[in-house]
Amino acid sequence: MLEGRNLKIKRGGSIILDVPSLSVQSGEILSLIGPNGAGKTTLLQALACLIKPSQGELFFKEKIVSSNHVLFQYRRKLTMVFQEPLLFDTTVFENVSSGLKIRGLKRTEIEKRVDENLERFGIPHLVHRSARKISGGEAQRVALARAFAPQPELLFLDEPLASLDPPTRESLIEDLERVLRQTGTTTIFATHDRMEALRLSDRIAVMNRGRILQIGPPPEVMNQPLDEFVASFVGVDTILTGRVSKKDKGSFLASVMGHEVEAVGEVELGETVVFCIRPENVTLSPPFPKRATSARNVFTGKIKKVIPMGLFYKVQLDCGFPLVAYVTSHALEDLELKEGKEIFASFKATSIHMVRKKLSG
Amino acid sequence: MDLILEGILKAFYLLVTFDPEVMKITLLSLQISGTATFISLIMGISIGTIVALAEFPGRRLVVSLINTGMGLPPVVVGLFVTIFLWRNGPLGFLGVLYTPTAMIIAQAIIATPIVMGISLAAIQALPKNLRLQILALGATRLQMVWILVKEARLPLLAGVMAGFGGVISEVGASIMVGGNIKGYSRVLTTATVMETSRGNFDIAIALGIILLLLAYFINLILTTIQQRERPK
Amino acid sequence: MHMPKKRITCLGMIICLIFIFPSLCGAQKSIILATTTSTQDSGLLDVLIPIFEKKTGYFVKTIAVGSGQAMAMGQKGEGDVLLVHSPAAEKKFIAGGYGVNRRIVMHNDFIVVGPAEDPAKIKGMKVATEAFKKIASAGTLFLSRGDNSGTHSKEKAIWKASGMNPEKGKWYQQAGLGMGQTLNVTSEKKGYTLADRGTYLALRKNLHLDILTEGDALLLNIYHVMEVNPSKWPKVNAAGAKSFADFMVSKEAQEVIKTFGVDKFGSPLFFPDAGKKEEDLGK
Repeated sequence: MLEGRNLKIKRGGSIILDVPSLSVQSGEILSLIGPNGAGKTTLLQALACLIKPSQGELFFKEKIVSSNHVLFQYRRKLTMVFQEPLLFDTTVFENVSSGLKIRGLKRTEIEKRVDENLERFGIPHLVHRSARKISGGEAQRVALARAFAPQPELLFLDEPLASLDPPTRESLIEDLERVLRQTGTTTIFATHDRMEALRLSDRIAVMNRGRILQIGPPPEVMNQPLDEFVASFVGVDTILTGRVSKKDKGSFLASVMGHEVEAVGEVELGETVVFCIRPENVTLSPPFPKRATSARNVFTGKIKKVIPMGLFYKVQLDCGFPLVAYVTSHALEDLELKEGKEIFASFKATSIHMVRKKLSG
Repeated sequence: MDLILEGILKAFYLLVTFDPEVMKITLLSLQISGTATFISLIMGISIGTIVALAEFPGRRLVVSLINTGMGLPPVVVGLFVTIFLWRNGPLGFLGVLYTPTAMIIAQAIIATPIVMGISLAAIQALPKNLRLQILALGATRLQMVWILVKEARLPLLAGVMAGFGGVISEVGASIMVGGNIKGYSRVLTTATVMETSRGNFDIAIALGIILLLLAYFINLILTTIQQRERPK
Repeated sequence: MHMPKKRITCLGMIICLIFIFPSLCGAQKSIILATTTSTQDSGLLDVLIPIFEKKTGYFVKTIAVGSGQAMAMGQKGEGDVLLVHSPAAEKKFIAGGYGVNRRIVMHNDFIVVGPAEDPAKIKGMKVATEAFKKIASAGTLFLSRGDNSGTHSKEKAIWKASGMNPEKGKWYQQAGLGMGQTLNVTSEKKGYTLADRGTYLALRKNLHLDILTEGDALLLNIYHVMEVNPSKWPKVNAAGAKSFADFMVSKEAQEVIKTFGVDKFGSPLFFPDAGKKEEDLGK
């Protein structure tokens, strides 16, 4: 749907954005993650045509976005939400309807869409309140309602949840996820929260110093980082995607690359879930009989790599699916862990951090 | 002290009996300064906003010119306007020297930089990303400017009040370009100067009090509008 | 809130238009009269001009400035007719070809005023130059108009005639103000000054100054009307200027001048002189 080629932006003599190629599919949710100054905001604004690239072209639905007229038409098809709500000094209604008024919609249509979007984000009771008299979380909901009201084909979000406190963030991310899935809006969003990216996106792009270092589905990026920087940024949790095959008494089994992993949580059969397993929670041991420990997940695996991390060691395993464990140097010695060795790896069902991933298909 | 008391009493008397000459002078003051403020509002807010938002070489110079213009001495403006409007001057063919029109021109020149400077500051004080947010909602450039102006309406109104205050109380340029002609270009300030020079201190004080009351009431109206909108 | 705002904008624009047009229309039938602040402050013009306007339909724009500025305006063709009282400068003006038809209109006189205590002891003196000499030698505060007005020119003439050069003295201060204000400052500072009788009488009640020297022929303040030379400045409203000048020396105007101020001050402020010769004047 959207494609950028050779996008380069120079400022003050240095290149702050250098993206040779980027394409976004219709209905896809792409997240840009990276440290501060990585160029996430710059890329977003360049893709939204809010800033002009020094070099490069943008294609929307195969047509180049260049002349002023085409650019303006393109801009009318997208909306953007920033980290600060940036609401106007008027009522919530006026704010949410601003994108619609700009497009010259009729009064009745405006009212309908405003009500619809306030409902979506759970704030219909605020409709006549002054935008200055609402909380931070409510304000960001209004900003989102305002962005969705014009039914954009492209949605750009620049760290929209970053300035909210954790409970508010959690509540809002749920609603945002639901609305994104419902509307199927093609979305590009920037964040520095890995969990947020993991939860919402179909693809993650890791950026640093104006370049995209790696782009791909979350498990791929997070488990198979292409270089040290990406690795250090995405963290060391093992990310696995699975499909729920059985559920019983508060826990369930999910099929992950042919293996069954047990976790706890509220799920539906056949649902896709994403597991995050922290390396501290993975225990390595010589073989032991089934059900000898309370860990429900026991797998045989081969050690692929042992990496010294200063005070401890990172052990990368292949158990049919990738798995990462931390062990102390004592453990390393005692168990004689080295590359190529076969070992048992176990982790508790309760230690898995689970994210439910409702795919639109 | 008795002089001031006499003046206050005279002021009441003139107002209560709707003294025709005083009414005419007051009305003229309002019309001339009001029109000049209106012109300065349009030019000041539009140019101030454009300079605030645009990037162009020499912008810093323009901004400092505007800020200097805010303190432009009114008599200097009066002098230059007179020179331009003289019969034999470049704009003499207009034939507007010694008319209320000339006074409006001079006062507009005095008030516009004030409104411009305050508008510039007001627009620049808006959140940095607001402009982008508005564009990202699909606004044309014109729509964006209009929305920004609405957002900055409180300080812009203060700028208009400052412009009005500057010209309703102005006397040097008004006498020079208007001629202080009775019933035609005589306003409260110029009449006060004349009555003082004639020694009619009671009338002069009365006119001064009426001028203060006028300025107070206009600003009361504008302030009420401004403060009604203020977020609590 | 939208509708009322649009109405206010429209209203504002209409007000502006109302203003610009009338002024442009009045250009043809208006005359610019350059005169002095003391003449205007006396109030005489407030009586004479309405009579003239009613009679002829002209609109007179009275621009009251100092004599110097009035004549500068005439020299540049920025005025149509002059009513001033600075004979020496007027003669130069006519000689330079800037004005035509210099006619005498009226006169009043100057007086030397000062504090009742009269430290320079000039009270009752009949010769102006002597009075000035005494003020200079006593070194008492003297305030000058200092603005090239008719009064200032007369004052300089008297100093010259008395052989004194006051500018070097610390007791000599130049105010740069109009006649009325100069009198106020003189009164406040308890000094001496030269004033025209008309302005003094008008302000007397608020001043602490007495008339100390009067009656010298040198103290006569003679007013002439001059039309700006249309051949030098074609843009001048020559017809209007002539009409006004003719009016000032007409019987009707002269009658008004004769009686002006009597009811208010007990004596007239001006003496009508149309048709007389300058040399014939004197008390």
